[in-house]
Amino acid sequence: MSLDQAIVADQSSAPPDKSLVSASSAPGPESSSASAGPELVTLVPVSARRRAVPRWLRRTVGPVGLLVLWQVLSGTGVLHPDILASPGTIARTAGSLVSDGTLPSAMLVSVQRVLVGLVLGGIAGVALALASGLSRLGEDLVDATVQMLRSIPWVGVIPLFIIWLGIGEAPKIALIALGVAFHLYLNVYAGIRGVDAHLVEAGSSLGLGRWGLVRHVVLPGALPGAMTGLRYSLATAWLALVFGESVNADDGIGFLMNQAREFFRTDVIVVCLIVYALLGLFADFLVRTLERFLLQWRPTFTGQ
Amino acid sequence: MATDVHGTVSPKSVGAPAAGTALAPSPTDFDTAPDVDTDTDTDTNDVEVEGGVGVEGGTDAGFVEGGSAAVRVAGLTRSFDGRAVIDGLDLTVRPGEFVALLGRSGCGKSTLLRVLAGLDREIEGEVSVPRRSAVAFQAPRLMPWKRVWRNVLLGLPGRAERAVAERALGEVGLSHRTDAWPKTLSGGEAQRASLARALVREPDLLLLDEPFGALDALTRIKAQRLVAELWQRRGCAVLLVTHDVEEALLLADRAVVMDRGVIAYETAIDLPRPRDITDPRFAALRGRLLERLGVDDTEITHESPDA
Repeated sequence: MSLDQAIVADQSSAPPDKSLVSASSAPGPESSSASAGPELVTLVPVSARRRAVPRWLRRTVGPVGLLVLWQVLSGTGVLHPDILASPGTIARTAGSLVSDGTLPSAMLVSVQRVLVGLVLGGIAGVALALASGLSRLGEDLVDATVQMLRSIPWVGVIPLFIIWLGIGEAPKIALIALGVAFHLYLNVYAGIRGVDAHLVEAGSSLGLGRWGLVRHVVLPGALPGAMTGLRYSLATAWLALVFGESVNADDGIGFLMNQAREFFRTDVIVVCLIVYALLGLFADFLVRTLERFLLQWRPTFTGQ
Repeated sequence: MATDVHGTVSPKSVGAPAAGTALAPSPTDFDTAPDVDTDTDTDTNDVEVEGGVGVEGGTDAGFVEGGSAAVRVAGLTRSFDGRAVIDGLDLTVRPGEFVALLGRSGCGKSTLLRVLAGLDREIEGEVSVPRRSAVAFQAPRLMPWKRVWRNVLLGLPGRAERAVAERALGEVGLSHRTDAWPKTLSGGEAQRASLARALVREPDLLLLDEPFGALDALTRIKAQRLVAELWQRRGCAVLLVTHDVEEALLLADRAVVMDRGVIAYETAIDLPRPRDITDPRFAALRGRLLERLGVDDTEITHESPDA
């Protein structure tokens, strides 16, 4: 028995066989420092190291600081109201626009455009995706065509839409529907084609027919892709709305902005921008909620 | 037990839609046929099949005319790009028989199982399987978007009741996971759910494609016991595709070795159940099968297969 093992046995006053075990867990019986054991470091739990300032507070410092700076610059006259109104003015303008009903009615018109465009484009996009995703014939007929048309920047067709459809609601809704349809088509089609072939095979071994496979295997499997497509297409829909309304409009948020431009009302323009952003955020929130409900089965889903 | 109705797996060229196991009924009614019990294990201990030729030459293990069968394969050929993976294969499985299909990887055993499951119709030859057959794959293949009990009922004809699924899940010891999403199941639980999904169809033939391959050693032992138990209770014919000789010897009535597209060797496993790995007869069989599978470095000395 070596010296260090004897010392360990002494210190622990354990039976000799146990001391052998503890000695063997030391770096090596030949090591001369083994009797003292390795230097131990206390591992401090994360909770004990955490500082008093919570993360969300730290994250709000930047935006709030920017607002303060903006207000100071406007207050000292460095930032002229014709260039950019002060945050205070913008808040007051927003209040008055809401209270006199201008903003709510404009929002209603714009949201209606987005919804109608979304529904029309959604129906077209999903129908085309189903046609080309579910059948080889549909793929040959539809996919090549859609892929070709997709390379045309959809914003660029505004002049054509105005010639074809005039300057009323139709060209704006058509523009939104176009953007929505492409995004939904691509994602739903990819979703359908991305369904695990093993699951389709399992489904058919369970006795599912063609329609049963589509209903119980293919469509649910394409749902994650469809939801991604819906989110993209919502973002596209708002963008299309801004484009469509900025060309010509006699109501809606775009009309408010155009009118404000004539009178250098930067405060109204900023209010409209904020409204666009909030509406976009709200739409995204809706889709996320829908996803949380529809995709709770997904292994990668971590929202709950 | 006798099989109810037999169907014939028709080659794809006949025009059967991708309708899974909806098979055309065969005119023969095997229920009324006398059970001529001339199969392998009653006559000889094991049967040598001439390599690559098929079963015509000197074996009584193959196609028994008029006998009751759960699987009847005659002259099955399946080619991939001109290369025959299954080449004139014959196989008969009696109702209620547990057959283990062994073979090296790539020998075509999974292809054979897919043919029997009706998933591969690009075949030549004659294949008859029970109308009610079910598959459990190596991966559980549960639909992730359906809760466990809905997975179990998937594809059942008519409006299946939740209670039916609960019964099947109870049988595999998964009653507490009835409402769970597949993603929350452990590997063993998912495999048991897959078994429940197969059993709820009350199959006359249960096809198992290496169902324990992806499980850890302890879970595998439990799953094997469960399968043995379920088989004894249900009395359905089972074809277990595996590369694990011990698993075959623990579970099956008969081990069949596939090589070069045919059944190259088969042997009855007439050891008493439950089986004991330490039984010397077990070890002898194991050695013989391993040798057949091309594994020579066993501690068992080579003995004649006709022992």
